[in-house]
Amino acid sequence: MSLISLMGALEIGLIFALVALGVLISFRLLNFPDLTADGSFPLGGAVAAVLIAGGHDPWLACGLAAIAGAAAGWLTAWLNVRLGILQLLASILVMIALYSINLRIMGAPNIALIGLPTVFTPFISTVNDNAWLIQPAVLAVIVVLAKLLLDAFFASEAGLALRATGANPRMARAQGISTDRMTLAGMALSNALIALAGALYVQTQGGADISMGIGTIVVGLAAVIIGETLLPPRSLWLVTLATVLGALLYRLLIALALNADFIGLQAQDLNLITAVLVGLALVLPKIKAKLRNKQGGRTA
Amino acid sequence: MMRADNLFKTFNPGTPLENPVLRGLSLTIESGQFVTVIGSNGAGKSTFLNAISGDISPDSGSLFIDGQDVTRQTAWQRAGLVARVFQDPLAGTCEGLSIEENLALAMQRGQGRGLSRAVKASYREQFRAKLATLQLGLENRLGDRMGLLSGGQRQAVSLLMASLQPSRLLLLDEHTAALDPKTAAFVLQLTDRIVSENKLTALMVTHSMRQALDHGHRTVMLHQGRVVLDVSGEERSRMDVPDLLAMFEQTRGEKLDDDALLLG
Repeated sequence: MSLISLMGALEIGLIFALVALGVLISFRLLNFPDLTADGSFPLGGAVAAVLIAGGHDPWLACGLAAIAGAAAGWLTAWLNVRLGILQLLASILVMIALYSINLRIMGAPNIALIGLPTVFTPFISTVNDNAWLIQPAVLAVIVVLAKLLLDAFFASEAGLALRATGANPRMARAQGISTDRMTLAGMALSNALIALAGALYVQTQGGADISMGIGTIVVGLAAVIIGETLLPPRSLWLVTLATVLGALLYRLLIALALNADFIGLQAQDLNLITAVLVGLALVLPKIKAKLRNKQGGRTA
Repeated sequence: MMRADNLFKTFNPGTPLENPVLRGLSLTIESGQFVTVIGSNGAGKSTFLNAISGDISPDSGSLFIDGQDVTRQTAWQRAGLVARVFQDPLAGTCEGLSIEENLALAMQRGQGRGLSRAVKASYREQFRAKLATLQLGLENRLGDRMGLLSGGQRQAVSLLMASLQPSRLLLLDEHTAALDPKTAAFVLQLTDRIVSENKLTALMVTHSMRQALDHGHRTVMLHQGRVVLDVSGEERSRMDVPDLLAMFEQTRGEKLDDDALLLG
């Protein structure tokens, strides 16, 4: 694998680290199985692409994309806590609705951003092409910032209330926490992160496409699950670190699998590889535990 | 002070599973009073407690805590007034969070939660001092996950959590029922201490008549969703379990007669 393709894998991995952090909040912390991601990721991309194509500041575009994502997550949570629609179903409804909304926002199935200023442009040299290095570097700074901010939030009173809401809602209410409000806020935060990832994605790819959201949730979940097998969940900052590393490792494994000519895999096999990787990540901890038990049995 | 007026609650109304649990339950508890509640299965003890805490909303009747009408308030809205310890040791704490994080959650009970650090340095000192009074060695395990603790330890911490912030009413829902006898005795002793030290108004549901008579100032018996017996003071201190049992059977007999009269 060449250096350029390695950096390309890192770049996508960093973007999906943001998605994975969002999925961590919904699936793991709030215990809310949420498929909105498949709609909120392209939503963020659509909002950012339209704004950038319209000549607006790319950072402003990222900010508005995140707000749009927050609204999508809030809506999913609202359907659940106010109207009592099953969590999974509420998120599927919003995801489907977003497909139409995204098309409306974009006005066409795709928008090209080639040659337009992005958040990366100020750092890229006009003399020699260093985008392959600058883009992952800028993304790394964004991801590290997001991780540290989330860590600080989860250690705050409100953050702790959010974690209690997912872990033990009855106890949370007995402590005076409005679990409904916490779910609404947490889901908004989760999808804001995912939409921000979508906004950054279109800027690295040179354009937005209506089908760019397909499988987002699976990739995000894969990263979370791989992260869980990497590091012990002793404290929350370790969990967020594991999630980021999981996203990076996942993209590296995908790149390796696609680059290894002798296996004969091609780009269209991506979803198959994802399924196999997630399957392995789910089974490995069980195998590990079984092996440990066997060893324990022998020494005892 | 807590006042329940004529509470009614029917589960699954209008279906074959219709179950009238509370049938005009009224009870007033004065400030600083520790009341024990007994009753057979289905008497409405848990439903009564859940109605006070706001976990369920009564069909009719009203509920006042400290003169405030809380009948239509949600559980989290009245959490500033009501503290509670659940029957299931797993229910009152978050096993995925550390001991100090659980205590920090209780430290903010009934208050707004902002973006400042949840576990403050000043809190830690307080937590350590409070945990030390339990004599379980937990004061050195602030960072340990709650899930590592035994049921008795978790119930003891739950009690501590309920007393971190002042409350108008402490609800104890058979909080020793899931513990072994020795641990149950320890948690009960701790309950007595915390209630008297903080001069709490408390309502303890128990399945044991012995416990009901040995703890608190007043004992109330529920039957078919109503208060059928209410003893306190001199009368109660002279009572023993067989007396209570006799009264229990008497009320049940009378109730049957009443029903027979109604049917006749």
